[in-house]
Amino acid sequence: MNKNIAEAVPPPERKRVKLPIFSEIAAVPHMVWLALFVVLPLIFVVYYAFTDIKGDFTFANIAALSQHAGTFLTSVCYALIATAICLLIGYPLAFAISRASAKRQGLLIMLLMIPMWMNLLIRTYSLMAILDDGGIINGLLSAVGLPELHIIGTAGAVIFGMVYDFFPYMVLPIYSVMTKQDTRLIEAAYDLGCNRLSAHFKVTLPLSVPGIVSGITMVFVPSISTFYISQKLGGGTKELIGDTIERQINNPATRNVGAAISLVMMILILISVTVMNKFSDDDDKGGVII
Amino acid sequence: MKALSRAFMILIFGILYVPMMILVLFSFNKDNSTGSFGGFSLRWYGELFSNADAFVALRNTLILAVCSAALATVIGTLAAVGMHKMKNKYVKGAVNSLTNVPMMNPEIVTGISMMLLFVFVGGMLHLTNSLSFWTMLIAHTTFNLPYVILSVMPKLRQMDKHLPEAAMDLGCTQLQAFFKVELHQILPGIITGAMMAFTMSLDDFVISLFTSGIDFQTLPIYIYTMTKKKVTPDVYALFTLMMAIIFLLMLLIQLRRSGESSKEKNGGKG
Repeated sequence: MNKNIAEAVPPPERKRVKLPIFSEIAAVPHMVWLALFVVLPLIFVVYYAFTDIKGDFTFANIAALSQHAGTFLTSVCYALIATAICLLIGYPLAFAISRASAKRQGLLIMLLMIPMWMNLLIRTYSLMAILDDGGIINGLLSAVGLPELHIIGTAGAVIFGMVYDFFPYMVLPIYSVMTKQDTRLIEAAYDLGCNRLSAHFKVTLPLSVPGIVSGITMVFVPSISTFYISQKLGGGTKELIGDTIERQINNPATRNVGAAISLVMMILILISVTVMNKFSDDDDKGGVII
Repeated sequence: MKALSRAFMILIFGILYVPMMILVLFSFNKDNSTGSFGGFSLRWYGELFSNADAFVALRNTLILAVCSAALATVIGTLAAVGMHKMKNKYVKGAVNSLTNVPMMNPEIVTGISMMLLFVFVGGMLHLTNSLSFWTMLIAHTTFNLPYVILSVMPKLRQMDKHLPEAAMDLGCTQLQAFFKVELHQILPGIITGAMMAFTMSLDDFVISLFTSGIDFQTLPIYIYTMTKKKVTPDVYALFTLMMAIIFLLMLLIQLRRSGESSKEKNGGKG
């Protein structure tokens, strides 16, 4: 019945009543949710950062930040070192995986992703169990008659923890950019007189920049804001900015200072991510021109 | 060169896996030690199953994961459908970037920002406990939404947009066209999104830590409290079980994804 009517009506006059629920309106619940639980909370961070415990406007929290400048600097240093190590190991690994046979690539990427899925607490704890004073490494050392090493509580242990936990986040984006590259570009570079090394640095590396940039972001952001890694592997002696924030925010008396530190951290991360992304965009255009 | 790259890979994957393997091994330790292995036994699994606190935490984790995944799937699927049809590119761009904020921001900032909101609202309402199951549900739904939207969006883009029109030409109302054609087309994306959301919720620690109250704690929070002290091998048994569950879930998601992509390659458009 309906079918006949539809056929009978000539196309230009076929007007349907559009139900609003299937148009843009469907996104409204999500937009309300975003406003209430993404935007509003961020406004509250700003509000708490600029008020005292009674709710009066103050700059005291921002002024108190200078006390935490040392911790902040330590966190930035640790996160930068961890990111650099991840890049130095991750780039060759991504390259090696992208050059493996298609079947093996799938397996290797799977192997890389499994640790990523595992709970961060468990991964970090497993590392601590090994490095600890009574752990496996020291057990092995004393078994062969070597002096035991005190690893937990050193800067190296914390940085190693960051690398261990976030390393796959560096490899995956670089790998995915590398597999999309046109292999004929490398062949062209060979034809134009490049050897393997110069072809890599003139073609593969510049084309991988977008992946490197997102890898750096994905390692740096969780590294600088971590607190569990420093608690477990820093042995309570290496405080990072994440620990400071956690401690300040959980105490109602210092909550506003905690909010101020988070605000500054968020803004710094936002700026560095924007700068990084701009850098990769520019390089993209450069790549096209070349 | 080839041997070198193979040795490099083995070394890296070795470092990545050995700590977790050792943890699994020690969960089967006969002795009460996390340092020396005395022999194989299931003793610690037995002890774990008689641990009431761990069970309450597990139950809470599952309730929260199911609820937040369901809520995020409904809101997220509707959002994807709506965002797909948005014409105003500024509104679209704004919604898109705001959607990604919980993924871009450090988790600690997301957790703290929500906690401050909840504490403030709780203070206004004179609640004794401003943090509860409901605040965790809101927090988990918020960080789950981007995963659902990112899974559904590509399916909407792949869908031939004439299909719902064809259904309506054939007599469907818009409602029927949506449920019979559109929903059917994007269903794989919705299911993948829901599974991702469920897994993310199970696994989350940082945001949960800041938005949970004393009377509703999840497994990661329980683990956090446990690892503040020296742990016994029954916690290792808990770790092993959690890793096994997350592993199976993610494996399922990956298999679904690769199945879908091979289907697309083979099937094409009918």
